[in-house]
Amino acid sequence: MTEKRFLVYGGVAALLAVCPLFLNAYWTDVLNSIGLYAALGLSLNLIVGHAGLFNLGHAAFYAVGAYTAAILNTKFHIPILALMPLCGLTAGLFALLIARPIIHLRGDYLCIVTIGVGEIVRIALINNVFGITGGANGIFGIARPSLMGWVIRRPQEFFYLIWAFVALTVFLFHRLENSRFGRALNYLREDETAAEGSGIDTAHYKLMAFVLGAAWAGMVGNIYAAKMTIIAPESFSFWESVVMFTLIILGGSGSIPGVLLGAFLIVGLPEVFRGFTNARMMVFGAAMIAMMIFRTGGILPARPRRYELLKEEAAEEST
Amino acid sequence: MEEFFQQLTNGLAVGGIYALIALGYTMVYGVLKLINFAHGDLFTIGSYLGLTLLTSLFLSDRLGPGAGIVVLALMVMGLVALVGALLERVAYRPLRHSPRLSAVVSALGASIFFSNTLMLIYGARFQVYPQGILPKTAIDLFGLYVPLVRVLILGASVVMMIALYAFIQKTKIGTAIRAAAIDQDAARLMGIDVNRVILMVFLIGPALGGAAGLMVGLHYGQINFTMGWVYGLKAFTAAILGGIGNIPGAMVGGILLGVIEALGAAYLSIAWKDAIAFGVLIFILIVRPTGLLGERVAEKV
Repeated sequence: MTEKRFLVYGGVAALLAVCPLFLNAYWTDVLNSIGLYAALGLSLNLIVGHAGLFNLGHAAFYAVGAYTAAILNTKFHIPILALMPLCGLTAGLFALLIARPIIHLRGDYLCIVTIGVGEIVRIALINNVFGITGGANGIFGIARPSLMGWVIRRPQEFFYLIWAFVALTVFLFHRLENSRFGRALNYLREDETAAEGSGIDTAHYKLMAFVLGAAWAGMVGNIYAAKMTIIAPESFSFWESVVMFTLIILGGSGSIPGVLLGAFLIVGLPEVFRGFTNARMMVFGAAMIAMMIFRTGGILPARPRRYELLKEEAAEEST
Repeated sequence: MEEFFQQLTNGLAVGGIYALIALGYTMVYGVLKLINFAHGDLFTIGSYLGLTLLTSLFLSDRLGPGAGIVVLALMVMGLVALVGALLERVAYRPLRHSPRLSAVVSALGASIFFSNTLMLIYGARFQVYPQGILPKTAIDLFGLYVPLVRVLILGASVVMMIALYAFIQKTKIGTAIRAAAIDQDAARLMGIDVNRVILMVFLIGPALGGAAGLMVGLHYGQINFTMGWVYGLKAFTAAILGGIGNIPGAMVGGILLGVIEALGAAYLSIAWKDAIAFGVLIFILIVRPTGLLGERVAEKV
């Protein structure tokens, strides 16, 4: 069974890897957007899917990362990809600052605060806070990224940069899911009181998940700034946060294949149905309701954890 | 001083509107523990319905301005209440026993559905309310002139809030609503039909929200299909400010938020107007998460 799944995933990955060779620049760029949303979705999945914290302001952390990259790159000409850890750090610190005082509150309060923070960040960017964000026009003239002397410019080249980052994200988050940390998050999501009773410092773990997810979004922001070379506040509206949130829920919250599928559906399908631009959001809203009623766990729900018994234990039990 | 007074009355009128919307949030939250994200869009539906009825029925020509507005408001409230009840039946009732995240997503979906349906019907551009529905006069209040619309909005919202308060406190159904908000299971054991209570909540809340939508149309003269989002978010902030689940709290919170926002926009910075409300929200959650008159919300056991 597991081998079959590996074959399927490997096949899909191989198919994806050869896509830019026969797709035109437009569709490659669509795949690039899907990749960015997949990475963002995976980072938010840690917060929403694993820790069970409602975060509807993830675009704020994405924005902090993108603006950190853009400002330092345009002002001090630091190569943009070298700024990636710093972008993660600033987004993470920002998240820590916000979440620290409110993490112990009931879930929906956190949700509403994250919405508020998202809006405050957007308004601050438009109002050119500290005179460094460029106001409503944003920041332009961000240098192209280069990797070991090779300048990344064409969509095909970005495709490999973005999807390599997604692959790294999948690998790390898969490891994290199965670590002590991941198990603790799932435990407190299912039953906070029981988790607390078993010695899990719930506030600490929630905060860690929140900060880690935000930091990862900041790093995706760096790639976004490098890809666009222009960033503006509208790219980080509340709507972006909703897209990230819904792709997780529709795909399968807490499930990595689910989030990837969600990114393909939510970002890719509207491109396919471009002709029906007006009605498509209405259908999308109705689909969200129907999905929650008929398939709560998402299209590819998270699989229940299973552990093989160790050989000796199994032998002992059978005797 | 004149400037301050004008901003204060403006804040009170907007606060009255926030309070009416906030009541819908707080009642639904009280009974179902659900943030009804679609409530802001019910408010928008109210203002669009008001516009349609106003331009198609000529009520103020037939019945005179005073009676015309009252009949219009009642029609809008009735229709939006029906939409609210339908929303509950379709999007929330099947999820009553699901995890709370599902209901939140369903609410978000409903919000997207409503606002885009409005866009498909009326178009994406701002719609303008006809002028001259209410006489453009100002009332002399101790030597200061206040536009009639503001006074009427504040007056109407206060009347509706007092009526709601009396209904909740004095009638049998009101008592049932309060009981279901405290403990649904116990209320059911006492013979209260909880489904009926929830239906009532989804009739009253949207009716008040629809009335608020009509008021915004009359006050500002133009409406847009996305406006429900900002109003909804601010009204929710108002509900938290007063203490969520608490009906007098929503009233106090709404009026207070309207005044804070108007004065902040006038004396601090107009560009940061929307951020002020969210700043207040975060501040209140840090220093007093129960709100001014509210229940406990911390997750400590």
